Amino acid sequence: MSKLIASVSPHISSKRTTQNIMLDVIIALLPAAIASVVIFGLRSALVISVCVAVCVAAEFLFEKLCKKENTIFDLSAVVTGMLLAFNLPVSIPLWQAAVGSLAAIVVVKQLFGGIGQNFANPAITARIMMLIAFSGTMTNWVAPFTDKMPDAISSATPLTAAAKGTASMMPSYLDLFLGKHAGCLGETCVLAILLGGLYLLVRGIITWHTPVVYIGTVALMSFLCGQDPLYQIMSGGLMLGAFFMATDYATTPSSKWGKVIFGVGCGLITILIRFWGNLPEGVSYSILIMNIFTPYISKLTRNRPLVGEVKKK
Amino acid sequence: MKLHGIKVPHKKHTAEDAPVRLPVPKTVTIPMSMHIGKPAKAVVKRGDQVRVGQLIGEADGFVSSNIHASVSGTVQKVDEMVSSMGAKIPCVVIETDGKQEKYEEVKPPVVKDFESFVSSVKQSGVVGLGGAGFPSFVKLSVKDLSKVEAVVINAAECEPYITSDTRTMVDKGEYVFKGIEAIKTYMNAKRFIIGIESNKPEAIKIMKELAAKTEGVEVRVLPSIYPQGGEKVLIFNTVGRIVPKGGLPLDVGVIVINVTTLAFIAEYLETGMPLVEKCVTVDGSAVKEPKNVIAPIGMSIRDMIEGAGGLKCDPAKVIYGGPMMGLAVPSMDEPILKNTNAVVAMDAEEAKPRKTTACIGCGACMTHCPFRLDPREISLAYKRDSGEDLEALCVDLCMECGCCSYVCPANRPLVQTNKLAKIRLRSYLAAKKEGKS
Repeated sequence: MSKLIASVSPHISSKRTTQNIMLDVIIALLPAAIASVVIFGLRSALVISVCVAVCVAAEFLFEKLCKKENTIFDLSAVVTGMLLAFNLPVSIPLWQAAVGSLAAIVVVKQLFGGIGQNFANPAITARIMMLIAFSGTMTNWVAPFTDKMPDAISSATPLTAAAKGTASMMPSYLDLFLGKHAGCLGETCVLAILLGGLYLLVRGIITWHTPVVYIGTVALMSFLCGQDPLYQIMSGGLMLGAFFMATDYATTPSSKWGKVIFGVGCGLITILIRFWGNLPEGVSYSILIMNIFTPYISKLTRNRPLVGEVKKK
Repeated sequence: MKLHGIKVPHKKHTAEDAPVRLPVPKTVTIPMSMHIGKPAKAVVKRGDQVRVGQLIGEADGFVSSNIHASVSGTVQKVDEMVSSMGAKIPCVVIETDGKQEKYEEVKPPVVKDFESFVSSVKQSGVVGLGGAGFPSFVKLSVKDLSKVEAVVINAAECEPYITSDTRTMVDKGEYVFKGIEAIKTYMNAKRFIIGIESNKPEAIKIMKELAAKTEGVEVRVLPSIYPQGGEKVLIFNTVGRIVPKGGLPLDVGVIVINVTTLAFIAEYLETGMPLVEKCVTVDGSAVKEPKNVIAPIGMSIRDMIEGAGGLKCDPAKVIYGGPMMGLAVPSMDEPILKNTNAVVAMDAEEAKPRKTTACIGCGACMTHCPFRLDPREISLAYKRDSGEDLEALCVDLCMECGCCSYVCPANRPLVQTNKLAKIRLRSYLAAKKEGKS
């Protein structure tokens, strides 16, 4: 008879694995991906494909080079690729998208030890690097439904319009909700992002704390600052950031109160940048800054074990 | 406040199967340690004739337990064996004669008061049958009986597969209540709470019917959330109090007793037959016919499974107890112990080890820990060998229920690390104490 396995309990486990968590995130990102193709045309799909392909290839090659275990099948590189693409304008030159993807995986993720070890969100950090490196093409916004040459018609994003106070350029609530306005390719369609976010909530991949608190803080602060809260929360990268990037496991706190603090911090920084900063949008920066605070927030909000009332001897 | 837990598959396939008594095997191997505490001293020698219920191992010291022959026959040898926990322990091997003659001195104990009650429980050799194996009389030896505010009867049976406690309630319900009466009479306890997970409707019905006829007994139907039957979890969910770290249930005025242990005590008071056989759930993907059996203590797992209908295929893993906290045995020759409530034999598919990958920081281990520990931080503290941090992280609270490992998407061996971290913390605390004195 063959030998028996004698391992430590438990001897059964849940069916959830890193791979199927990532698969759920990919599924949740699909509505926004489809929306981006509808709104900005097929080039959207091309940008997403390039980012995903370069991310996966970079992960594979880096791990090969460093003789590390191959982790491309955990699908986290696919998620990073999709999220980075979602944060780019549709007109981005493909080589720039590729450089950004490479930076996300190699510099932000792998150099810090790979999945779970990076302190900053790869997609967001890479996007910020690209904003600095390719500031022209990264802010070249294309109006929706322009099938012509991508860089033919430039347009203002809802937040630039609001910042400049050009009411004529400001889209209606319905257009904001459906994503019929200029912006990064995956961030415009609030409806699609909400669908994806809802899926993640239902599947238990994320909890409501971060997105609700983050979006709530932005809404409240907008109201207090005399701005239109609804317009503010449906514009820019807030929805995408709140549901998909401020909820990243490795780079955000895992306790309930940690998530609340993280959400409030993100909300305040977003508002500061939007209303008083030089830039029209601050979601990426807010999440990156809060990523840096995450270890401290985690320490501050660490679970208190149930020790009961221990008698002092 | 709510204690966290997890939903595990119930797999209570055998809940409706009354146990079948197995034929006596050719030999039984009875370890002298089937309890927490010092092994018993063997009081028989090679060639001795023994009969069912005869004392063969005497409790050695306070926390120890008597051990009795489960069969009639001849002592083949008094030997040493490696227990499934890895320690060398003495054991008595008996060749059976198949007659199952009762030892002539087996007769109902004379119980008049608290002291004689506790001493009879000691004589019976009963230990915590829920799995812990702590000698029951030690638990019942309460110095100040007025401290006992409530007796919680653990009938949660939260592990997958196991239904032996369910069968106790269904088949021996009256003994559960006779046990309650005994504790009422001799320990002056007034409040009894029977905690049952909601997935045992038949047992709940029977317990409720019997409770209606008895004063001071409440049947509490608890959600089927593992580890509902964990002692501290059950106490919190029934009386709402948290047993302090390093403390005992009595610190919050509670005694917890497993339902099968209680029924056994009542039966012993009536018959005087010590703990010599066990109802064991035999299940798992490698088992042909899942069923409940009554097996003599010391019967090998191999003989028991064969008697229960045999195996479908070579098992890849065989577990004493349930799959969440049970112990994987190194061989099918391991004997059935006093506290064995189930044997689960898994086929290669069910036992297939999952690959461990990097921690992704999802925090599931932390958000599912009943005691709100942080297994990820504990494993990091263990890795950097910091006794100080392990103390701050309260790893000694860990009851090894397995929720963290169960939910980990990266399949990290968190329970294993917690076990190691607890050992590390113990040596750190010992060194610290030494340094102080």
